[in-house]
Amino acid sequence: MAYMKRSPWIIHYDGSSCNGCDIEVLACLTPLYDVERFGIINTGNPKHADIFVVTGSVNEQNRQVIRNIYDQMPEPKVVAALGICACSGGVFRECYNVEGGMDQVIPVDVYIPGCPVRPEQIIDGVVRALGVLEEKRARMAAGENAEVTA
Amino acid sequence: MDILLFLLLAPLIAAVLLFALPNHPVRDWLVRIAAVVIAGASVYLLATAFDKGTQLVTFPTEPAGQVMTGLAVVIALYIIAMGAKYRKLIPIVLALVQTGLLLWFELGYAPGMHAEHNLFVDEFSIVMALIIGIIGSAICVYAVPYMRTFHEQHPEVADHRRAFFFVLFVFLSAMFGIVFSNNLAWLFFFWEVTTLCSFVLIGYSKTTEAIDNSFLALVLNLVGGIGFVGALLWLGMTQGTIELDRLVGAGAAVALVPATLISFAGLTKSAQLPFSSWLLGAMVAPTPVSALLHSSTMVKAGVYAIVKFAPVLSGTLPGIFVGLVGGVTFLAASAIAVTQSNAKRVLAYSTVANLGLVVACAGIGTYEAVWAAILLIIFHAVAKSLLFMGVGSVEHQVHSRDIEDMAGLVTRMPRVGVMMLIGMAGMYLAPLGMLISKWATLRAFIDAPGGIIFLLLIAFGSAVTVFFWAKWMGIIIVRPNHAEMIEDRVPWDELSVLGLVAFLVVAASLLFPWVSKVLLEPYVFEIYGKVAELGQDNVIIMLLMMGAVIVLPLSLLYFRSGRHRLDPYMSGRPTTADMHFSGSLGIQREMGLHNYYMDDWFGEQRTFRAGVVVTVLLIVLMFAGLFVAGGLA
Amino acid sequence: MNVLYAIAFLVLAPLLGGLIAGIDRKLTARMQGRVGPPVLQPFYDVGKLLEKEHAIVAISQNFFVLAYLVFIAFSGAIFFAGGDLLLVVFALTLAHVLLVLGAFAATSPYSFIGAERELIQLMAYEPMVVLAAAGFYIATGSFSVSEIAAFPRPLIVLLPGIFVGLFYVLTMKLRKSPFDIATSHHAHQEIVKGVTTEFSGSTLGMVEVAHWYETVFLLGLFWLFFAWSPVIAVIAVAILYLAEIFIDNATARVKWGFALRSIWAVTLVLSALNLFALQFFGGL
Ligand code: SF4
Repeated sequence: MAYMKRSPWIIHYDGSSCNGCDIEVLACLTPLYDVERFGIINTGNPKHADIFVVTGSVNEQNRQVIRNIYDQMPEPKVVAALGICACSGGVFRECYNVEGGMDQVIPVDVYIPGCPVRPEQIIDGVVRALGVLEEKRARMAAGENAEVTA
Repeated sequence: MDILLFLLLAPLIAAVLLFALPNHPVRDWLVRIAAVVIAGASVYLLATAFDKGTQLVTFPTEPAGQVMTGLAVVIALYIIAMGAKYRKLIPIVLALVQTGLLLWFELGYAPGMHAEHNLFVDEFSIVMALIIGIIGSAICVYAVPYMRTFHEQHPEVADHRRAFFFVLFVFLSAMFGIVFSNNLAWLFFFWEVTTLCSFVLIGYSKTTEAIDNSFLALVLNLVGGIGFVGALLWLGMTQGTIELDRLVGAGAAVALVPATLISFAGLTKSAQLPFSSWLLGAMVAPTPVSALLHSSTMVKAGVYAIVKFAPVLSGTLPGIFVGLVGGVTFLAASAIAVTQSNAKRVLAYSTVANLGLVVACAGIGTYEAVWAAILLIIFHAVAKSLLFMGVGSVEHQVHSRDIEDMAGLVTRMPRVGVMMLIGMAGMYLAPLGMLISKWATLRAFIDAPGGIIFLLLIAFGSAVTVFFWAKWMGIIIVRPNHAEMIEDRVPWDELSVLGLVAFLVVAASLLFPWVSKVLLEPYVFEIYGKVAELGQDNVIIMLLMMGAVIVLPLSLLYFRSGRHRLDPYMSGRPTTADMHFSGSLGIQREMGLHNYYMDDWFGEQRTFRAGVVVTVLLIVLMFAGLFVAGGLA
Repeated sequence: MNVLYAIAFLVLAPLLGGLIAGIDRKLTARMQGRVGPPVLQPFYDVGKLLEKEHAIVAISQNFFVLAYLVFIAFSGAIFFAGGDLLLVVFALTLAHVLLVLGAFAATSPYSFIGAERELIQLMAYEPMVVLAAAGFYIATGSFSVSEIAAFPRPLIVLLPGIFVGLFYVLTMKLRKSPFDIATSHHAHQEIVKGVTTEFSGSTLGMVEVAHWYETVFLLGLFWLFFAWSPVIAVIAVAILYLAEIFIDNATARVKWGFALRSIWAVTLVLSALNLFALQFFGGL
């Protein structure tokens, strides 16, 4: 079993990034990096996604949106914060409107710093996220079984 | 055959009694009792006559014939009086012309024409009698609570419920008359009575719109009636027989002219293009009237007459053109139905379309086509009456007949909603009835000579049909923004009639192999000496599908538990339970969903006009074909 | 009718269909100069979907999707059992309407639009499919798939117009560009995900499996044109599918209006010509 690792579908949300990281995310889909090799698909739909790939920092405009997208993803799910902005707020950290990294709003599983992150880093980060995803799946499966026997 | 007389007279007696009683529960119960009696009698007819083939009944022409002629004159006088009252010239002229012709026939030729068998019953009449007896009476029962609510909600409309139920039951009697008459002059009399009933009931609310539309219906049906009298006169002048069975038996050489003229009358009665506008106008009538007259029975009288003459029309030029009128009507009306958001208009256009299909089958007139036509009549009557009544009940609670206002009906009115879904599924989806009819129709079309044009018409037409039904079903099952339960306000008797007819939709589909075997196949065999049937494999497939459809909803029980409820995806916008979200500039907005109506594709006016042009041409060709065919014969 | 074939279809079609989908994705990737996912990727995807939690928007959506899967499988089973082609077509229509209803029941703006567009698709290809069934009947004198398949002469010669017309709508049935207007595969997005937007986990998995069933059924339908020679049939069907992959990659999505108009025009012209000719020349 455990197909979870072989078919990670992502949803990518651009919080308030400068677009640098997002360009790199798209670069991953190009023939050069071709993340579909790993079964990764950019779904654009939280209901279908397993990994929430999020760039940019949190501000008042997007915090509810981030939360909403996260809430709409079915379990098990992981969050990968892409770029230093998403990790901590980065260069915008001190701005009057910025509240910090994504972990201000949702639980972040994998931090992938870089400004912008390189595609290799992204792929590496997603692979790390897969480990977490698999762990969560195993926990969920166990939990579900427990429920059934109880 | 006393049962025929009983079916003719029982509704009449009930009508008179109802007219005598004021608004009172006693009258309501009388309606219910009369309905049960009539329905029971029609079932009794089935039980006693289904295995006997065609039975001709010797019934003395005198004095019934004279009474009818007298009544026909009274009807004409009534129409003239009404025309004078509302200053409508055309109906007066038409009524005068028609009655003049009729009197010419009655005085000049009828005495010389001896009709031996004035009444008859065969399997097709039994089918029609069951539709009238069961569906028709069910609608009458439904009319009781409906009309009560109607008058509560429309205090401006004068309460003429006594007359209303009187006319309703007179109408039932006349319908039985149509399907049991072997004497064409009698058939025509009953035919005109239904026209009059329709006229009176459409104008029930006496608003300007209702009056205008009732006259429109009257005028177009009188035009058809003139065609019918023409047939009688022609028979009087040349043939000396007005017995339906003899004419149909005599074949095209003798009966083609009256068959064509009566088909013309049938086209008007069943609201085919170019005459469809009256049926659309008739939607101003209270909904039980639409259900009874304008979908399940009266308009069926038109196709009944054409189907009766199908063996005569088969393979003739006029037959092909009659069929084409039906085919074109099917396509055009289905397309227009896509653009309509008024539920009753959708139903009306769909009725026109389905009758078109029946007419197409009848025009082709092969054994398979006739089989298909009768199937269509049955399943359409059941499903469509359910839908009309459903819309009526919804309208009284939601105060709108707009489809968009039915959003989330399954949540707000679960039982009515589900029953409407059944009705719609019955109109176009496998494995319910209409699908069997469509299967049969397609087959019949392909096997017919020149059937490819029909095939194209039905292929495109039914694709469009799927679109408008499915999107309506979709609106009914969406999650409503405001899920307020309003079903408990629907009167119990309305709900029970709906439930009964919904049950009939399913039952008719399940019983179909039996109905086909017992009624349709013998009927078709008697005329053509050939049998059309679905084939055993296909029956099994259909039953398997029925089984699946009945069992699958049980999965809902399983899906009910252990699910994580998520909100609908709103692009990440936080949305409240009643689907409000803050849009740009922080303005609160409500999510709204709206169907596609494809107005720039099938716009009503444009499509209707195109349909009228084509069908007028076809009707001209139909009569022209008569001369060609006449010359050839 | 042969029940064994039906059972074989029910068991094998998902495997074959999934494999075809995998090859499809691999070839697509190659055409784009990528390596692409493993051939078994579609199975991994569905396996993954089954491992996800049961998340829903409305309870009834799962019922509709389940019914969709059942009836897709059912119509394919009738087809391979050699049943009545018209009933196959009707069962297929029912299946797709159920999918649409599932999308309506879920009720988000995106699944709603997807549902409407799926209906437009249904309306677009339905005439062609019905006319194809009619074409087979006129050519062979039977609606029974087993009898059509046993027809001794090459049907492609009798029904070239029907064949081309059907190929034209195949793109839409396979949800491929330029006609993937209701929902789309993989990385292509179509108004979020159109009909399937609100389906997740096992529900989405059922949609995928249903699609595999349907792919196999559709290829079977094309098989009929070449059924007189199984070898040629296999080659022809393979070429057809390759052509579809190529078209998918070489074209961009069109607007629904164009899709509907062009499919109807192609259907009308080609099938009318073909059927009239067939009736006129009386099936050679
Ligand atoms: S990390 Fe750098 S490149 Fe990425 S969004 Fe922030 S500023 Fe832009």
